[in-house]
Amino acid sequence: MMQNKDSMRQSHDKGPKLSAVVVLTIAAFFFALPLISVFIFSLHGSKGGPGFSAYARILKDSRFISSFGFSMANALGAALIGFGITLPAAMHTRLRLKRLKPLIETITNLPFTVPAIVLAFGLIRLYSTPPFLFTPSPLLLTAGSAVICLPYVYRAVDAGLAPLPLAAWFEAGQSMGASATEVFFSVVLPNIKTALISAASLVFAVVMGELTLAVMLAWPAFGPYMALVGRDLAYEPAALAVLSFAMTWVSVAVFHATGSRNEKKRRT
Amino acid sequence: MQALSRPAWARERNEKRFAAGREALRLYFPVVPFFIFAIAFLIAPAAVILGGAFLSRGGDFTFANFVRLGAPKIRSAYRVTIELSASTAAIGCAAGFLIAWQLENGRLPPWCKKAAVSFSGVASNFAGVPLAFAFIATLGRTGIVTRFLQSAFSRDLYDSGFSLYSFRGLVLAYLYFQIPLMIMVILPAIESVKKEWREAAKSLSVSSLDYWFGVLLPILAPPIAASFLLLFGNAFGAYATAYALTGGMLNLVTIVIGSQIRGDVLHDPNLGYALAAGMVFIMAATSFLSISLSRRFSRWTQ
Repeated sequence: MMQNKDSMRQSHDKGPKLSAVVVLTIAAFFFALPLISVFIFSLHGSKGGPGFSAYARILKDSRFISSFGFSMANALGAALIGFGITLPAAMHTRLRLKRLKPLIETITNLPFTVPAIVLAFGLIRLYSTPPFLFTPSPLLLTAGSAVICLPYVYRAVDAGLAPLPLAAWFEAGQSMGASATEVFFSVVLPNIKTALISAASLVFAVVMGELTLAVMLAWPAFGPYMALVGRDLAYEPAALAVLSFAMTWVSVAVFHATGSRNEKKRRT
Repeated sequence: MQALSRPAWARERNEKRFAAGREALRLYFPVVPFFIFAIAFLIAPAAVILGGAFLSRGGDFTFANFVRLGAPKIRSAYRVTIELSASTAAIGCAAGFLIAWQLENGRLPPWCKKAAVSFSGVASNFAGVPLAFAFIATLGRTGIVTRFLQSAFSRDLYDSGFSLYSFRGLVLAYLYFQIPLMIMVILPAIESVKKEWREAAKSLSVSSLDYWFGVLLPILAPPIAASFLLLFGNAFGAYATAYALTGGMLNLVTIVIGSQIRGDVLHDPNLGYALAAGMVFIMAATSFLSISLSRRFSRWTQ
């Protein structure tokens, strides 16, 4: 310790600034406090001392399982729709229709200016009466979820395609007698796998916690279930929050890990 | 009959046209699903709302719906929403900038920045119901911190006027995702500040105050303003956190739209469209401004 202090005094420039330590400590306090509190709170749900019985009750709740499964299916559908529409469009605008790229980029940024509540409003107005009666189908929720995720999915897919020599691959494939579809599935797809995993994990994080569309379109998704538990119970919501944070943490960590690997690939 | 009697060159031209059409179809086919989806589930729903906002109940074109947005309840909803968005964006910008600046220039060990950046990536996605639960467990009526202050300092937060379920509580909860978002968006700009500028200023014996206000802030003003607008829009469109925390009690535009969807509380569908359209206009204006401001900054970093 003494040695450390001495060396710190000697190389005064190398030590952390006091202002930085103060700012970061206050920030760490602000961000850690709710996480610690919600965890402690969730342990209070047991009779006679702290325990995990609030978690046990949540995990045993049949509505938890059904709403979780519902939202998982919804997230999967939203990711598939997202990939299904952005992959061909992003690839084709790189290969042939370069002039459409600005238009497509603008459209994929639109969900930032149309809040989820307004999107829900529009979807309900448009699709709750014949001839387009879609509101009884959960696919409308999936389509809406795909819209909310569109900016993230498009960016991830487009960034994944950026370093790839698509034109050369398709030409080479053609000269060897492979169809464009074959080239896509056997060459392109394996090369953008990390980009797709990255996008899918963010879709998962966003759709699992999504409340607005699910409440407005009246589907028993995970977001509305959490809100319902919050209204009726005391300790279970805290347990749910901890579980949900852990889930978000894992999926966003996957997103960043795969995303940064992609970045590195692009740079080299 | 006529087609048969056409000269050969005309038939050829027709075939060429047909081939061109087929070629165009092949050219545009891969982007068709994207545009069909975007039109059906994004552009058309937005257009229905925007269009409805300009129609009277009888179906005539009118601006009257926007005039009626001046009604006290609606005006106050916009005011509260703008106040909430502006204050969380302002505090979020200031705190996020300070933290990001110290992460870059505070001579902290490298793991600090790494940990803070990954945490920010996660926390900026924490908005919604779980975030509300975390704050209820912390500062709610029976929250851990509330009870701790009661037992340790015999101070009751709620007696002294604080409530988590009010405007101030919502500000606190929003900051939990606004500050990390600011860190994420401003860090690249701070990283692009060149060490040479500081050294140049030093060698010209410019005071550090002058360096900050004369050099750094003018250069960083556009990205900071762009981030402010991004944070503003982020809070402006938020619904889930407010819904879960205040149970729809706080008079926010998103909450009013929500109850309008559920049961026409405004007793006028077109007024509801205008309310939502106003929101889209504000969000579009902020994001347009934000994009043009960050373009202006990117000139500096090239």
